[in-house]
Amino acid sequence: MTNFTPLSAAIGGALIALSLAVMLIGTGRIAGVSGMFAGFLRPSSGDWTWRLYFLVGMFAAGAVFRVAEPDRFDYATRVPLWLVAISGVLVGVGVRASKGCTSGHGLCGMSRLSKRSIIATMTFFGVGVATATIVGIVLRGA
Amino acid sequence: MKGAVALLAGALFGAGVCISGMVRPSKVLGFLDFGGAWDASLLVVMAVALALHVVAWRVVKSMRAPRYATAFPGPPSTVVDLRLVGGAVLFGVGWGISGYCPGPAIVSIVSGATSAFVFVAMLSVSIALYDRVVDLRGLDG
Repeated sequence: MTNFTPLSAAIGGALIALSLAVMLIGTGRIAGVSGMFAGFLRPSSGDWTWRLYFLVGMFAAGAVFRVAEPDRFDYATRVPLWLVAISGVLVGVGVRASKGCTSGHGLCGMSRLSKRSIIATMTFFGVGVATATIVGIVLRGA
Repeated sequence: MKGAVALLAGALFGAGVCISGMVRPSKVLGFLDFGGAWDASLLVVMAVALALHVVAWRVVKSMRAPRYATAFPGPPSTVVDLRLVGGAVLFGVGWGISGYCPGPAIVSIVSGATSAFVFVAMLSVSIALYDRVVDLRGLDG
């Protein structure tokens, strides 16, 4: 595990939890990213402005790191772009059908022992590991 | 005030995924790909965030209402159906292919990486189409 970075992972995890807690305690919202973003994409549903602010906050923080430490980002993926595109479609449909992603189900729901969230999280982690491991075998073999 | 709270929360989230390394799909795949140089960092992110968010829910229980709103969310739904599991399967396959999930991918846009743009563009289109179909068919009641 040469790449293991437990300290930065713990600090980052704490900030992510703090973000969700600020939304929950401040505004009473379970602000999973996929639900936030889906609502942002349909302004007609109302209740839109906070989603814009949340996104602006995400981009602002990302931009600071982009300027200060550009190496924190990846500029290429291990799979070709057409597979990234397919991945985007699968994730989009998947998070809407199951109503949550890593933040909503994985953190907000799991932390209050929601049965749905526990099942969803076990499923997407299990399938994610299986998929990435198979893709890795194919990539290393090719 | 709600806007300021959301802005702060978004910035905390963005900083969290950048500092933890989860903004990099290669780092996420370091965990998901058991055949490679395995990296447990994602697990640490999840464990720390989960433990802290358990505390947040306890705080919620001790409050009558959110600071800037009228009510906390009701109890979670307990409906376990094909849409929940099937959706999680699709999400898992997509996540395992690229290493992108929605939050980190959206933050990654600022990097200017083509892959982040492609992912978020397809994510947006598929979310919008899915929700449109659900609306048209009245699936969500």
